[in-house]
Amino acid sequence: MNVRRGEFISIVGASGCGKSTLFKIIAGLLRHTGGELKVHGMISDDPSSRLGQVAYMPQQDLLLPWRTVMDNCLLPWELKRKGSKAVAVKNIREMLDRFGLEGTERLYPQELSGGMRQRIAMLRTLAAGNELMLLDEPFGALDAITKRELHRWLLELWSSLKQTVLFITHDLEEALLLSDRIYLMSGGSGGVQEFSVDIPRPRHYRMNYEPKFIALRENLERRLHESIY
Amino acid sequence: MRVSISRTFLRDYGPFALLVLVTLAGWEFAAWLKLVPAFILPAPTAIWTALMEQKELLFGEHLPATLQEVLLGFVLSAACGMLLGTGMHMFTPLEKALYPLLVISQTIPLIALSPIFIMWFGYTLWSKVAVVFLTAFFPVVVGTFDGLRKSGAMYKELLLTLGATRWQILRKTQIPPALPSLFSGLKLSMVYCVIGATIGEWLGGSRGLGYFSRRMAGNLQSAEMFAAVFLLSALGIILFLFIVLLEKIILQKRGIHR
Repeated sequence: MNVRRGEFISIVGASGCGKSTLFKIIAGLLRHTGGELKVHGMISDDPSSRLGQVAYMPQQDLLLPWRTVMDNCLLPWELKRKGSKAVAVKNIREMLDRFGLEGTERLYPQELSGGMRQRIAMLRTLAAGNELMLLDEPFGALDAITKRELHRWLLELWSSLKQTVLFITHDLEEALLLSDRIYLMSGGSGGVQEFSVDIPRPRHYRMNYEPKFIALRENLERRLHESIY
Repeated sequence: MRVSISRTFLRDYGPFALLVLVTLAGWEFAAWLKLVPAFILPAPTAIWTALMEQKELLFGEHLPATLQEVLLGFVLSAACGMLLGTGMHMFTPLEKALYPLLVISQTIPLIALSPIFIMWFGYTLWSKVAVVFLTAFFPVVVGTFDGLRKSGAMYKELLLTLGATRWQILRKTQIPPALPSLFSGLKLSMVYCVIGATIGEWLGGSRGLGYFSRRMAGNLQSAEMFAAVFLLSALGIILFLFIVLLEKIILQKRGIHR
């Protein structure tokens, strides 16, 4: 498996096949027991050396309920203290505007909808300023309508952010719509299979009704099924 | 607006006030009928009279003495309790070593230990503070320790991936959600402090409300004894309410609504 700069890569696979474990290894929370892990072409054996280098966003938004939206987003800055606070605040304000969250900075997470909280969690992840982002089913806990709305939002926003993303999902349409490539993971010693998504960018959420998209989806679903059984 | 405030006040405290009034009236009536001798159960009015007669001695000497023991003991309990609770949270070996000891320390009957305290500290302020400390530090340790574990592993992992140190994780994600639990511990501890100080004075001393109440009981001056007990209880309530107020202010300031 490899990830190139600026790519959006999805990982799909049955529950329990180790997708989240893979993320925890990449983020530096766990040590790998076999194989090899390279960062920028260098072997990285010590998991703690990766802590703080890779942004990780779990399924739950994990916003701190006693902090306002602004203070939640300032958390990565507080931990690293790189640059002045005024600059950090200004950056976050700009990002809030771009994310369609203007006017929420003084509110507490409990006062916001699930979709907004998820966007704020993503903003906080981005504010950490790491090249690689690991998103572990970020939309998994949302209802279908909010999820679709966030896809639309993410597609519009993504090209301008120039981030490298690894994305775990169970939703094949979501994977096809957002990714450049998809890795199919199977449990045990099955390993991973690669699946390219050759749909041109910029993409649009209506593309999932086009024949080409439907054919890709069918193909992906069949391969996923084969990889499981 | 005023009407509705007094109405909620009546709804919240009305039943309690009514019960107290009825009990006091019944008590007074029973004493007036001389159903029980005054040295066994003095009338509420007699207690009040005793309180007024002895007020210089009670408020001038014994209350400040007890208050000093309580406050010193509480500050020590709170400081050591929070430190121990945090230390046990941060260093697992410390937890494994100390937790059983802490529980054992709470099973020791204090009264049995008191002669030793008197031998160690004499009839000084510190022998009472030691009793106060032993009764009151445990709830703070447990409140701190349990509170710090509340935030769970997920926040910890998130902060680790953001490059946080252990102390940053403690400060940013573990202390704020621990505050309600810490304050529960402090409230319990404050009440225990008053009890501890009273026990300490009973065991040996020359000042304080506990000492006074014991001396009066020995003289069969029940009204004076009850007056001191009433003051002790009032002291406990006021100090408890003070912690409640502090909790409200701090939790609101930290954005932790309850």
